[in-house]
Amino acid sequence: MLHGMPRPLADLDTQPFWDGCREGKFLLQLCESCGDARWPPGPMCPSCQSTEVEWVESAGRGRVYSWIVANHPVHPDLAEQAPYVVALIELEHGVRVVGNIAGCEPDDVEADMLVELYFEDLGDGEQLPNFRVAAGE
Amino acid sequence: MSNLRDAAAVVGIGETEYSKESGRTELALACEAISAAAADAGVAIDEIDGLVRYDMDHIDEVALTSHLGLRNLRWMSQTGYGGTGGNAVVVHAAAAIAAGVADTVVCYRALNERSGARYGQASTWMSDEVGGFAAFQMPWGMLTPAHMFGQFARRHMIEYGTTSEQFGAVAVALRRHASMNPRAMMRRPITIADHQASRLIADPLRLFDCCIESDGACAVIVTASDRARSLRHPPAWIMGASQGSGTRGQGIVFRDDLAVAESVHTAADVYRSAGVDPAEIDAVMVYDHFTPFVIFTLEAYGFCARGEGGPFVQNGRIELDGELPVNTHGGNHSEAYIHGLPHIIEAVRQLRGTSSAQLEHPELILSASSVAQLSAAVILRKD
Repeated sequence: MLHGMPRPLADLDTQPFWDGCREGKFLLQLCESCGDARWPPGPMCPSCQSTEVEWVESAGRGRVYSWIVANHPVHPDLAEQAPYVVALIELEHGVRVVGNIAGCEPDDVEADMLVELYFEDLGDGEQLPNFRVAAGE
Repeated sequence: MSNLRDAAAVVGIGETEYSKESGRTELALACEAISAAAADAGVAIDEIDGLVRYDMDHIDEVALTSHLGLRNLRWMSQTGYGGTGGNAVVVHAAAAIAAGVADTVVCYRALNERSGARYGQASTWMSDEVGGFAAFQMPWGMLTPAHMFGQFARRHMIEYGTTSEQFGAVAVALRRHASMNPRAMMRRPITIADHQASRLIADPLRLFDCCIESDGACAVIVTASDRARSLRHPPAWIMGASQGSGTRGQGIVFRDDLAVAESVHTAADVYRSAGVDPAEIDAVMVYDHFTPFVIFTLEAYGFCARGEGGPFVQNGRIELDGELPVNTHGGNHSEAYIHGLPHIIEAVRQLRGTSSAQLEHPELILSASSVAQLSAAVILRKD
């Protein structure tokens, strides 16, 4: 995992997601009225304007939709860590989330590559969800 | 016919020098650029009764009433989302004038972005904790615009086979134009080979795919049609103008389709409001924070089909002697990064016949900016 990066700050809209992470769960927010998923978590369904929400646990498997390799360290803490991959990973319901891809060299990342969820310990019980090359891929 | 069409014109342009370190405050830069634009137009500061600012600008209306001496403001507004501002401020000015709530409006952008907080260097602004959508990006090292907009570039490559050499064709064109521009910060011409040899910043983006970082300010004066005809320069008529959003999503990268520039409403609206089509446009000023966005924006505004922008920009087509010249000042890429407002200034220069890379008798120029979920566009017409 990358060290020295900003830590996520929860608010009242996103607290359930980060609480889920502490329990090792990646929670997706679905609209209870129309069923549409939204990301990042928010207070209202952008499809139907309902505020009724259901949080469901992701199966934690997704595919690489796009990615960059951060070659140029834009912060001194990254000087020893670059190059690193920042990818957009498509989970179920079409939700796309940001993650790094562990388990392969940056140059070996490919479109549609299958990845799986794992959690990284940030200390104080905080868990950051991240992704690695799926077993068998 | 649109109420906006020819209701207002850009009549004054003003700029400071562009540099890596201005040596003065953003307030000083703003005051200088606005004064220069008013002088260029031949309007007195007291005549300015409207003001439009970028919401990211650190200099606000109150500072300008205090230090520039604006004292007849009747109308003020601001535009959101970074680089769409360069066109959006002109859309707001034209709309205010067409509605009769202001007669002479100043639009400006002032920033010490190179010597201060650099967008491309997280070390100059990064904090220990982040909320909002950044909480879903930055913990994984998605920090700078290159990390975000590089995702769009990659996706266009995946879907359409667009290549780094095609991004390079944009870089070569923009640098060639800047090489003729005495105001430009980067004037040494480059080749495709130079582009390919430039280091990777956020692969697939290379150094020569990224805009530069700059200190400086610029401003434009927009006024109503009757007043415009009596000023120093031939007016650059605002024939069409549009600002919009039809793309859902937060945080730049969280949207349905990354291989496209946002223009859901603006592309159709700007042509409709002007009553022209893309074939009539003589040159285009495109918000070029990263070279792939020139390709995406040309697709979005109908100069080629979606996915065909890569081949379209090759073989000199967007250079000053090509079929569709783009950013004849060098753009954000090579002139200076003043957040897209110099693109309007260059369009005005082309229509006045005073560009450093002057085209032969341009009549209609489109200026368009698409940044993630917002877009704005203006069509300027020669007097």
